[in-house]
Amino acid sequence: MDGLSLEVPAGEICVLVGPSGCGKTTAMRMVNRMTDITAGDILLDGHSVRERRPAELRREIGYAIQQIGLFPHLSVAGNVATVPRLLGWPKERIRTRVDELLELVSLDPHETRDRYPAQLSGGQRQRVGVARALAVDPPLMLMDEPFGAIDPINRERLQNEFLRLQREIRKTIVFVTHDIDEAIKMGDRIAVMQQGGKLAQYSPPAELLMYPEGRFVEDFVGADRALKRLALQRVRDVDLWKAPLVRVGEPVAEARAKVADSEVPYPLLVDGDGRPLGWLSEKAMLGERVERELRSNAEPVLELDDVLRDALSDLLQEEAQYGPVVDHRGQVTGVLSIEMLSHALRTDPDQVPHGADAAA
Amino acid sequence: MTSVLAQLEIRERTDSCVADDGFCPDWIADNLDRYVDPFFEHVYLTLVAVAIGFAISFALALVAYRRRWLINPVTQVTGILYTIPSIAAFFLLLPLTGRGKTTALIALVSYVLLIIFRNVLTGLDNVPDEAKDAGRGMGLTDRQLLWRVEVPLAVPEIMAGLRIAVTTTVGLATLAFFAGAGGLGGQIFADITFRSNVVVAGGLAVLLAALLDGLILLVQRGITPWTRAVAAR
Amino acid sequence: MSTTLAFLGEFGNAIEFIFNEHESPAGGARVGGLSETWELMWEHLKLSGAAMGVACAFSVPLALWLGHIGKGGFLAINASNVGRAVPSLALIAFFVAYLGVGFTNLVLALVLLAIPPILTNTYTGVRQVDRETVDAARGMGMTGAQIVRRVELPMALPLIFGGIRISAVNVVATATIAPLAGVVTLGDPIINVNTYGDEGRLAAAIVVALLAVVTEVSLAALQRGVTPRGLKLDRREATT
Repeated sequence: MDGLSLEVPAGEICVLVGPSGCGKTTAMRMVNRMTDITAGDILLDGHSVRERRPAELRREIGYAIQQIGLFPHLSVAGNVATVPRLLGWPKERIRTRVDELLELVSLDPHETRDRYPAQLSGGQRQRVGVARALAVDPPLMLMDEPFGAIDPINRERLQNEFLRLQREIRKTIVFVTHDIDEAIKMGDRIAVMQQGGKLAQYSPPAELLMYPEGRFVEDFVGADRALKRLALQRVRDVDLWKAPLVRVGEPVAEARAKVADSEVPYPLLVDGDGRPLGWLSEKAMLGERVERELRSNAEPVLELDDVLRDALSDLLQEEAQYGPVVDHRGQVTGVLSIEMLSHALRTDPDQVPHGADAAA
Repeated sequence: MTSVLAQLEIRERTDSCVADDGFCPDWIADNLDRYVDPFFEHVYLTLVAVAIGFAISFALALVAYRRRWLINPVTQVTGILYTIPSIAAFFLLLPLTGRGKTTALIALVSYVLLIIFRNVLTGLDNVPDEAKDAGRGMGLTDRQLLWRVEVPLAVPEIMAGLRIAVTTTVGLATLAFFAGAGGLGGQIFADITFRSNVVVAGGLAVLLAALLDGLILLVQRGITPWTRAVAAR
Repeated sequence: MSTTLAFLGEFGNAIEFIFNEHESPAGGARVGGLSETWELMWEHLKLSGAAMGVACAFSVPLALWLGHIGKGGFLAINASNVGRAVPSLALIAFFVAYLGVGFTNLVLALVLLAIPPILTNTYTGVRQVDRETVDAARGMGMTGAQIVRRVELPMALPLIFGGIRISAVNVVATATIAPLAGVVTLGDPIINVNTYGDEGRLAAAIVVALLAVVTEVSLAALQRGVTPRGLKLDRREATT
């Protein structure tokens, strides 16, 4: 370590990220004294971690590692109950808590509690690992590449689930990863470390992307910073244009009025339920009433929960300037245009949500 | 130089089958009780020797697990004890401990030490590192880690060693009569050309070994349910 | 203190027995001395050597072949378990009772004793050879026999020697009770103690123990010698 110093606010996820060998895992392991602290100190809620006996200290800190490290000889329930048993909880309380935790990590208690780790898939094992770390509801959790051993598809799912969980439980978490994208997705604050245990920058994700400090951080974050920032915001965070919604058979005059009122140049045809059918051409407006004459289909149809980066990707894919945005019922709530996306990039970093708040 | 083959003859040469040194079911049925005491002596020698040997080696292995420098010296010493043939051992001990069960037990125990010591260590060494790291990180003390995680996971290997120890000890205990400790070997030696005798006494020894082996295997299966669990997809 | 001295005294006598001749306690013959010790040892070695030779000649090629084709694993691996359950005395007694006494019969019995560890270890040794290495060899155009000779055998040598070592020590130990079957080895003073006396018996025990240890140590050195430097070996052998 080289003068590493930072503060993690309660209830937030602090991600330690950096290339291999930068000392991020070592730093994390110093918090629960798995690695000795030779100089300086670590304070938990104002109390030095050196004051307590290591084993006692660790029982109050959740610990989840990359290889998960489930005990092969204990069932899922047995694994999760490890620390409660150490603390001498009564059997009933342990039982209830185990079931509670398994449900929390989206595992069916009845199905999984008596299984052995060898019988679980990688994703399931990972969840049990998290449940085990949460067993005694510790105020602090240390997680070392907890999703590292999972395949990319399931990893994304687990990350999203974990963020949703964090919204509920609001733990203070020190999270280590080598993947900058994971750091940006998961972190409320990101500590970028470089070789030799040096702290290069410590900021929330949007700030890190907008104002990287120094060459190393710039390179580490990557040349596509702007795109990465678009991953932090969702369609619902943007001020959408009002959509000129028109139905077949509507009076053309009304339709024209709606278009004039909106910033979108063409009317959007919707069905009886408000679902988008396509953009209308001039031919549709020749008569008294609107006819079904489309200039193009409604693609891409965007959802409120989509991240802006994906929305951009969809718009580019369809070579469209605008896309209708629908809510979870499929009804149009507005229109997103490409212009808006570059505008979003200029948002004040303080306004950009991060960590659990940014989760879908 | 003449050699004496059998010092006693234990049967009367009345029956023609018996007179022919043959395999005679009738004689066996009549004389089964001859083998009862030797059998139980044999069981006693085996179980006591393995129990003592296990206790010593297990303790040694636990100590050597933490203080690695002990592994080599202990292995060398128990290795020598293991290599010395038990017959020789019986008589090397004779001046010191005299004839009887004690001498036999000392020799049998010393044979078992290496096997158990090695297997316990291997079992402990094979515990996955991440399980130990996770255990320590969760707040298990070294002692708790040892007894709640490391030893349970080492059980299959330890049991394997126990099975080997038991079957070989049954075999060696057949020579225990040389030390004056009784056992089925005495019966074999008493009339080595009589087939009935040899088959029964020898057969009982083999049966005992198989029985004890199977028993330990059953116990092992019973206390390690996780090894039976079918692996994940 | 006096027990210790007596103990040392007995050992002293025994060692002296090895070097000097004595009057037999049973009367009549002369026993003890270096030439007799050597005679007995030679018979002991002859017996053990013959048994080991036959056992190796039988087991090694068989197990190499079985290991190469990957069949017969159950038999090969459990051979040791079964073999262990049969006490050497019972085996010899069985042979004496059914086939009679004599050098050949005894060699046969010892061969049976020696086969299981060699079989199991050779089989395991071949199976432990990296499958990819064998695959590469096949891909280069080696025939089955060439693969065995040039790839599998060399890489299995350490384990093979491990098995040979285990068997050799067993055979040397068991040859001690060979006098029961009419072959006069170093075990004679132990079994026929009346002829040789207590010192003779203790002397024989000492020599047998030394012989076993020497066998073990020299074969262990040989095993280390055939271990290719690049091969990272698991310290323990497949069977005991």
